Amino acid sequence: MTALPGLNLDARAMAGAAPVSLARVDRSQWARAPRIAREGGGRIVALWGTDNRDRGQGFAVYAAYAVASGLVVLELPVDEQAASYPGIGETFLGAIRMQRTVRDLLGLVATGESDTRPWLRHAAWGPEEFPLRRDFDERAQREIVQDDYPFVRVEGDGVHEIPVGPIHAGIIEPGHFRFSVVGEKVLRLEARLGYTHKGIDRRFADHDIASGHRLAGRVSGDSTVAFAWAYAQAAEALLGIEPPPRAAWLRALMLERERIANHLGDLGALGNDAGLAFALSQFMRLKEDWVRTNQEVFGHRFLMDRVLPGGVDGDVGDAARDRMLREADAIESEVGVIHKVFDEHSGLQDRFITAGRVTPELARTLGLVGLAGRGSAQPFDLRCDFPCSPYGELGVRKVVHANGDVAARVKVRFDEVVESLRLVREILARLPAGSTRVALPDAQPNAMGFGWVEGWRGDVFFALEAGEGNRIRRGHAHDPSWQAWPVVEHAVIGNIVPDFPLINKSFNLSYSGEDC
Amino acid sequence: MIPIIRQVLRTGIVSEPTPEAREEWRVRSSQIQGDILRLLGRALVIRQVDAGSCNGCELEIHALNNPYYNIEGLGIRFAASPRHADMLLVTGPVSRNMERALRIAYEAMPDPKLVVAVGDCGRDGGLFGESYATCGGVAKVIPVDVAVPGCPPPPLDILTGILTAISRR
Repeated sequence: MTALPGLNLDARAMAGAAPVSLARVDRSQWARAPRIAREGGGRIVALWGTDNRDRGQGFAVYAAYAVASGLVVLELPVDEQAASYPGIGETFLGAIRMQRTVRDLLGLVATGESDTRPWLRHAAWGPEEFPLRRDFDERAQREIVQDDYPFVRVEGDGVHEIPVGPIHAGIIEPGHFRFSVVGEKVLRLEARLGYTHKGIDRRFADHDIASGHRLAGRVSGDSTVAFAWAYAQAAEALLGIEPPPRAAWLRALMLERERIANHLGDLGALGNDAGLAFALSQFMRLKEDWVRTNQEVFGHRFLMDRVLPGGVDGDVGDAARDRMLREADAIESEVGVIHKVFDEHSGLQDRFITAGRVTPELARTLGLVGLAGRGSAQPFDLRCDFPCSPYGELGVRKVVHANGDVAARVKVRFDEVVESLRLVREILARLPAGSTRVALPDAQPNAMGFGWVEGWRGDVFFALEAGEGNRIRRGHAHDPSWQAWPVVEHAVIGNIVPDFPLINKSFNLSYSGEDC
Repeated sequence: MIPIIRQVLRTGIVSEPTPEAREEWRVRSSQIQGDILRLLGRALVIRQVDAGSCNGCELEIHALNNPYYNIEGLGIRFAASPRHADMLLVTGPVSRNMERALRIAYEAMPDPKLVVAVGDCGRDGGLFGESYATCGGVAKVIPVDVAVPGCPPPPLDILTGILTAISRR
């Protein structure tokens, strides 16, 4: 099948569990690609860049598009002097912040874009310093000054602004929200993120391929399994190895356990944000039981560092299997009781229904995918669309609702908990025997590999390039929150300010995953 | 209402015993006069600040509020403003982009300005260390009383860290 027809791509199918092809393109192909991808129902997954001047090759930018045949990654060499490439924000709005980040970190400018404000760069480094360039001086003394970020102003009679953050009222990650309101009604919300930027992409160069999963697993702590698995896929692809079957099944077990843990926590928090404290206590209790089992079986409450290149760390014995099977039944019946309470609670439904509505059309335009996308009739789920082992054998039932409001996102979570519990039982019942890990061969310098995994929030992507001596030359982690944050800004328009926490929670996007 | 009451009764009380304080986690010899618990009438108000964590530590701080740990039952409460707080509970390696906000929160807090750094990142930068983007730990930015190790530290360890900061031997 031709990915991006009409571009005459010289695409090379990449090894590994993720269905990825890589094509080097010229500027004209790069510039035409977004429209062709859009017309074929495709979307932008990630956009990043790298410094290849040490190889005498200038820079390169990459764009990963999801199309019908899988993921096609375009590589555009960028001249060192020009340091620019054609922007794709006109077709894919979700790419604009990624392009601003490429400018902040690498100094490559997307041409033809009107929004040229910095994104991840606040004031910690200068506008002409680029942390992802190989000649960046990490140790230079820099003074943090207060930066002045030009938010878009809304003018008019009675319009005023409410600035919120970066430190929020609750126990939440930091970010700044600027509301323009009339009375209680939100006219516009503009988010400014980047507060949790930790320089992770640069940090990968301090790791070797065998240990990079630890850093990948901390891009967004609540999605540690998804990121570590995407990283492992990328590493295994470039090393030309496959994890043993048992390891693949155990990874899926952990990924579904991660999905259930997060959904349980979110359902509790959503009930609480709508005034039902009972929901918070009950779901937090169930989640605590669930992560305690993780601790006992796998040695970590959130399963950090259990998925690694070559397989998994840990195994499931008969006793642990029986325990998890019993637990799945018990949790399902408890969730059923609370689900009924939710459905019959008119006060709760009154807050949920129509709040923060994202129509299917808006979701499609903005490229919303993952859990929130499935609440707005965007039927994407890698576990069904491009199943890697073992998902092909599990027949995941995709959960899709169409209303696009908080209620729909609550429904998706309830239904996905039930489906993931089924998957947990299925995996435990059919877990293949054998080893859980293979040894890692040496990596070819400059080899590339990609990983793409359906985390609980949406599709997590990882691009990895090997350096000399099994080191990482370039690692890039992409969280689905990148595409979803702009959607939250739209979802709150016309809602009242006090509904923002509820709407925001219904997406529960990662700040760290985006800022990383 | 009846299903809610039935579920509450069926669940019962699941709260577990509270841990002891741990001297070896103390970073700063505390200048606090007397026993804060007694001084504050057994109530402690905390302002949590995420200074660039991966959000793993936040999951565990959230868990402190679940019925097993029942932190409010101990008289410990999370507040929205640092002006109402006795303690800052800080996570993350302190990203440079959060450095200023963390300082402002610390300055806004009234004495005794207790600070507990949570997690390996908060203690010394953890996996992120000190870089162009991270300060390398909370103590690089504001004075820290207690640093709780772990990635992330489980809820009981965080609670132990909080109790260590407010108890004086």
